[in-house]
Amino acid sequence: MAQIFHRSTNLISRLSIYGAVIIVAVLAFALYDLALSSWYTQQHMKLQQPVPFSHRHHAGELGIDCRYCHSSVETSSFAGVPPTQTCMTCHSQIWTNASMLEPVRASYRDNTSLEWQRVNALPDFVYFDHSIHVAKGIGCTSCHGQIAEMPLTERAGTLYMSWCLDCHRAPEKNIRPKSEVFNPFYAPPSNTHPVQFEGVYYTDQASLGRRLTAEYKIQPLKTLQSCSTCHR
Amino acid sequence: MSENETPNNSGDLARARAKLSAPDAPRFWQSIEELANTKSFRNFLENEFPANGESDRKTFHIDRRNVLKLMATSAAMAGMSACTKLPSEKIVPYAHPPEEIIPGRPLYYATSFPYHGVSTGVLVESHMGRPTKIEGNPEHPGSQGGTSVFMQASILNMYDPDRSQSVLHEGRVSTWDDFAAAVGNARTRFMPTGAGLRILTGTVTSPTLAFQIQNLLKQFPQAKWHQWEPCDQDNVREGARLAFGRYVNTVYHFEQADVIVSLDADFLVNGSASVRYARDFARRRDLGAGASSNLNRLYVAESMLTSTGAVADHRLALRSSDIDDLARQLGAALGVPVPPSANASARIPSGWVAALSRDLGAHQGRSIVIAGEQQPPFLHALAHAINDKLGNIGKTVTYTEPIEAGPVNHLDSLQELVADLRSGEAQLLLVLGVNAAYNAPADLEFESAIRNAIAANTLRLFIHSGLYNDETAEYAHWHVPAAHYLESWSDGRAYDGTIGIMQPLIAPLYDGHSAHEILALFTGDVETSPHDLVRGYWQGRRSEKGKAFEDFWETSLHDGVMANTALSAISPPLRADFASQGGGQTLGDPRALEVVFRPDPSIDDGEYANNGWLQETPRPITRITWDNAVLISPATAAERNLGTGSYLVLRLGDRQVEGGVFVVPGHADNSITLHLGYGRRRSGTVGNGPGFNAYRLRTSSARWIARGVEIEATGKSYSFASIQFQYTIDFEGHQADEESVQAFNEHRDLVRITTMEEFQKDPNFARNPELEENITLYPKVAYDGYAWGMSIDLNRCIGCNACVTACVAENNIAVVGKDQVARGRIMHWIRIDTYFQGGLDNPGTYFEPMPCMQCENAPCEYVCPVGATTHSSEGLNDMVYNRCVGTRYCSNNCPYKVRRFNFFLFSDYTTPSLFGVRNPNVTVRSRGVMEKCTYCVQRINAAKIRAEEEDRTVGDGEIVTACQGACPTEAIVFGDINDPNSRVSKLKAQSRNYGLLEDLNTRPRTTYLARVRNPNPEIAG
Repeated sequence: MAQIFHRSTNLISRLSIYGAVIIVAVLAFALYDLALSSWYTQQHMKLQQPVPFSHRHHAGELGIDCRYCHSSVETSSFAGVPPTQTCMTCHSQIWTNASMLEPVRASYRDNTSLEWQRVNALPDFVYFDHSIHVAKGIGCTSCHGQIAEMPLTERAGTLYMSWCLDCHRAPEKNIRPKSEVFNPFYAPPSNTHPVQFEGVYYTDQASLGRRLTAEYKIQPLKTLQSCSTCHR
Repeated sequence: MSENETPNNSGDLARARAKLSAPDAPRFWQSIEELANTKSFRNFLENEFPANGESDRKTFHIDRRNVLKLMATSAAMAGMSACTKLPSEKIVPYAHPPEEIIPGRPLYYATSFPYHGVSTGVLVESHMGRPTKIEGNPEHPGSQGGTSVFMQASILNMYDPDRSQSVLHEGRVSTWDDFAAAVGNARTRFMPTGAGLRILTGTVTSPTLAFQIQNLLKQFPQAKWHQWEPCDQDNVREGARLAFGRYVNTVYHFEQADVIVSLDADFLVNGSASVRYARDFARRRDLGAGASSNLNRLYVAESMLTSTGAVADHRLALRSSDIDDLARQLGAALGVPVPPSANASARIPSGWVAALSRDLGAHQGRSIVIAGEQQPPFLHALAHAINDKLGNIGKTVTYTEPIEAGPVNHLDSLQELVADLRSGEAQLLLVLGVNAAYNAPADLEFESAIRNAIAANTLRLFIHSGLYNDETAEYAHWHVPAAHYLESWSDGRAYDGTIGIMQPLIAPLYDGHSAHEILALFTGDVETSPHDLVRGYWQGRRSEKGKAFEDFWETSLHDGVMANTALSAISPPLRADFASQGGGQTLGDPRALEVVFRPDPSIDDGEYANNGWLQETPRPITRITWDNAVLISPATAAERNLGTGSYLVLRLGDRQVEGGVFVVPGHADNSITLHLGYGRRRSGTVGNGPGFNAYRLRTSSARWIARGVEIEATGKSYSFASIQFQYTIDFEGHQADEESVQAFNEHRDLVRITTMEEFQKDPNFARNPELEENITLYPKVAYDGYAWGMSIDLNRCIGCNACVTACVAENNIAVVGKDQVARGRIMHWIRIDTYFQGGLDNPGTYFEPMPCMQCENAPCEYVCPVGATTHSSEGLNDMVYNRCVGTRYCSNNCPYKVRRFNFFLFSDYTTPSLFGVRNPNVTVRSRGVMEKCTYCVQRINAAKIRAEEEDRTVGDGEIVTACQGACPTEAIVFGDINDPNSRVSKLKAQSRNYGLLEDLNTRPRTTYLARVRNPNPEIAG
C-alpha cells in the first residue's frame, strides 16, 4: 500500500504540535494579562461621578482630615460616604454659586441622595472592616493609594484576594504608627525620611514593622489568613 | 417516603415491635421506620441524598462515557464562570443623616412581641433602619432574654410579600382617606346611641387600646365589643371563676417548685408565658458542678407526646378525656373534697396516684399542679384547690387581677355576635385582626352568618383590618391592611401584668394602619398620631409630670418595660362550694375514639401559616414540616390497620375532614390529636394548600376534646416531609466487628442518660476515659489564642425549636419547600435530633440539638479537593462558599450529617421585600455550594474586632451565638475553651460532659452534658 502522506507533511504535523503548545501558552499568558489589566480589575479607572469631587484638592491641598467626611472609619466596617449635609457645612459658605456643585445643593434642598459610583467594591462574600485596619496602624493610603494626588478618585489596587493576602501574610511591610494612619502624605521610613515612633527614629520599614507589629498586637499570621477572617 | 411503597402499614409497626423485643433491640431509636428497617429508611441511612440518585437515574443514564463527558464539560465551563466583571455598584449616602445611625453598625431597639394579645419583651436588631433579627429582652419578665419560635420568625411576617398592601373597598383598591371618610359618615349615622355597632377583637391587654375601646363604648353606649381568640383561655378563665367566683390571672413560679404535676399542660412550649416558664423550669434542671439534689421532678399526663412530656421524669400517656379522672383521684387522695369522675378511666396505672400524692404531700408549698388550656374549667378549679390544699398559693402559685383589659368568655362573646348578625341587629362590624371566618367553631357558621347578613343588607358596613387579605377579609366592604407590630406604636401586658411599650422599627411597608388608628377614626380623634395616643395615655395616668415623665418615658422605651408595673398579687378565697359544681357530664362511650384539637407547634392557630420559616420548622417529636396530620398511637394504628401515610376521612357528628395519618410513639391510645392552623384558603402563597383544616371538626360544644370521632381509611395514601428518619447517624457503617461493637456500644450512645440515683453513684457515667487520652500519631495542633467551643446541656433542652428558627433568621438560611425536605434537602444548620428509648407505647424521649461539631480533626476538611472547608486558627471549621465547587465529598465524609447542600437556587434572589430581612453580615448562598453551622462567625468576628480596638481580649459571654441567644432554657453555652474560667470551660469540665462519636478521634468542639432524670423511686419506669 502506497504512502498516503508525502514526507513533507511531517513538517506540518510538527508545526501543528509545536504551534498548539505555543498557542495555548500565548493564550494563557494573554488571559493572565487580561485578568491583571485595569480593563478587567478597574484599577486606575476613573468613574463618572455626579460631582467631580477631587481628593487632591480637599485632602491634599486643603488638608481636610479623612475622618471629617469618612466619619465612621474608626467605628464601623464601612468608612462612610459623607451625607450631603457634610458637603454643605463648607459649601453653604464657599463656592455657593458654582454650577459644578448644583447637584449637591439640589440634594440638600430636595432631601434626595447623591448617587456616587462605587470605586472600591468587594464581592459580597468578602467582609472587609475599616475600623480594625485603622486601629492596627494600616494607613488609608496603604490600600487607597496616593489619594491626596488624585483629582478624580480611582481604585489603587486590584482588590484581588492575592492583593489582600500580600499584606495579611506580611503586615509588617505596611504597618505605620497610628498617628500617621490618616496622613495622606506618609512615606515609609528611609534614610532621608526617618519615621519616629515613641522617641525612636526608624530608617527602614523592616525594623519599624517589627516594632509596631508587636506593639499593636497584630494577630498571628495564621489567624490573619484563616478563611473566616474575611469570608463568612 | 417513595410513592411506590405502600403506605407504612401496620406491618411496619409489627416489625418495629418485634425489633424492640428482640435481644439485639437498640438502646435508642429514632423512628418506627428505623425499627422496621424500611426501604426508605435504609436509603436515607446509606445515601445522604437518596432522592437524588433515584430520580436522576431514571431520566439520565450515567455510564463511564457520560461521566467523562460531563467532567470535561464542567471543567471547561467552570473556567468560564470566572470571566465575569464585577457589577458596578452605587453608594447612596443620606442627604440629611439621622442621628445615631452609623452605616455598617446595627442598632438595637426594645419593643414588645404580642402573642395572643399578651406581650413579651424583645430587642430588635436594625441595620440602617431595617429590622433583621429578634432577640429576647433580658429586662422583660416574660422573656429574660429567651425567645420562642414565634418571636424569632415573626420578623419574616413583616416582610412577607403576600401581606395585604392596600385599602380595599368592595374588592377594589382604595385609599386610607376614602376609608376615613367612610368611617366619618358611619359615625354620623350611628350617632348618638351606636345601636348596631359591633367590634370584634382578639385578646386585648393593651391599656391604650382598651381605653380607646372604652371611649368608643362611652360615645356609643349601645355598641358592643366582642372578643374571639381561637386558641383561647376560656377554660382557664372559667376555671378561676369556678374556684374563686371571678376571673383572676394565675402566675406560676416554676423556679420555686420541687415537684410539678402537669395535667395535659404543655406549659414549656405552649402559651404566652412559656418562655419564662421554660427558663424557670430549666434553672431547676441544672445540676451545677456536683450532684446537687436541687433537681425538680416533673410528672406529665397527656395524650399527645409534647416537649413538656418529653422532658418529664414520669410521663403517663393518657387520653385527654381521661385526665379528668386522674385529677379527681389525685384531688381525693390529697384530701380535696371532689366528686368522682363521671368518666372513670381504666388507664390510670395503680400506684401512680398514690405515689404522686405522697410526693406532692412531701413538698407542700414547693409544688405546682397545672392544668392544660384544653381541659375543662372544673379541672382548672380543681388544680387551684389542690394547690391551695398543698399550701402552694402565695409561694409557687400567685394570683393577680386579670391581665386582659376586658376578660370575657370568648365563646359566649362570639356566639352573641353571630346571633346579632343573624337577627340583623349588627349593622356595622369592625373586625380588628380576627380571622373568625376561618377559625370560629364550625357550628357557629360564622362565614355564612356574615354572608347572609350582607346579602340581606342588615350588615351595612363590614370593616376588616388584618395583616392579610384573609378568609374574613373576603367578605368585608372595607379591608384595611394592618400594621405589623414592628411597624406600630402600642403597649401591652406581659403574663404577670408588666407593661411593655411597642415601638415601631420601620415605617409601615405596605401602608398598614394599626388598630389604634382605626379606633381613633371611630372616636373622631383623627388628628392624634398613634405615638401621641400611646404616650398621651400614659402621660395622663402616671404620677410623674413634666421632665420626670419625659425621663420615665425614655427609660421605659429604652428598657422595653415600665418598671414595677407587674400586677400585685391578690389572694382570692377559694369558694367552699366549688366541688359541688364538678358533677361533670359524661363524655359518652369511654371506648369511643377521642379527638383533641391543639394549636400547631409551628404555625400556631393559623396566624403564621404564611411564614415559610415556621412551615419548614420540624414540629417537635413528629418532625413533620409543611403539614398537619392525624396523630395517633402505634397501638391504635395497628388495631385499625393504619400506618403513617394512610389517608383517612374523619367524621364527627355530621362534619368531616380528610387527612393523612402519622403514627406517634408515646401518643395515648384510642385518641387522635389534630393540629389547627392548616388548610388555609387565603393566607398567601406559602400557607395556601398544605394540610387540612381541623377547625371544620371543631364545634362550640367541644372546642378542644371530643369523643366519638369516626375514622375510615380511603385507600389513598399521603406522604409527609418528616425529617425524623433523615440524618440518622449510621452506626453500622462504623462497626468493624461484633466484639468491638459490644465494647464500644457502652460508650457510643449518642444520647447518654441516667437517673439521679445512678448519677450519684457514678458521676462519670457518660465519660469514656480511654478516648479522652486522644490517641494519635500526629502532633497535637496548638491553639494559642481563642479556642471556640460549645456545650449543650441535654438536661435543659426542651426541643422547642427556638434555636432552629433563630439560626434561620441570623444566617439567611433558605426555605426549600415540602418536596425538597422530603428528599432530604432541608437547609437548617441545627436540628433537634429526637431519640426514643423503650417501647413504642410510652418511650422515654430525648432531645439532642445538633449543630456542626466543629471537629478539631474534621473529616470534611481532608476530603475537600479545592480547600473550601479549612480550619481556622481558633478551631473553627470554616466554610468558604466562593471556593466551593459542590463535590459534596465533605458531607459524604461527615459522620454527624450536619452539612447542607444547595441543590438549587434555594435563596430568593427575586423578591425585593425579602431582601430586607437578610443579615447583611452573612453571605446569601447560591446554587451548588455547601453550607453548615459556622458558630455564628460573624458575631465572633464583630466581638473580636471590638475587643482588639479596645486593646483587650474578648470577655466571656461577649459572644452569643444565635442559637444560644434564642434558647429559652439556656441549654447552649458558647465561649473560649482556652480560658479555664469561661462558662463553657466549666461546663465541659463537668462529669456529665461527653462528645459524640469520640472514638472516631474527630475531637468535636461541640460537646453535650448528659441528661440526668429524677424519677420517683416509687414508680417503676
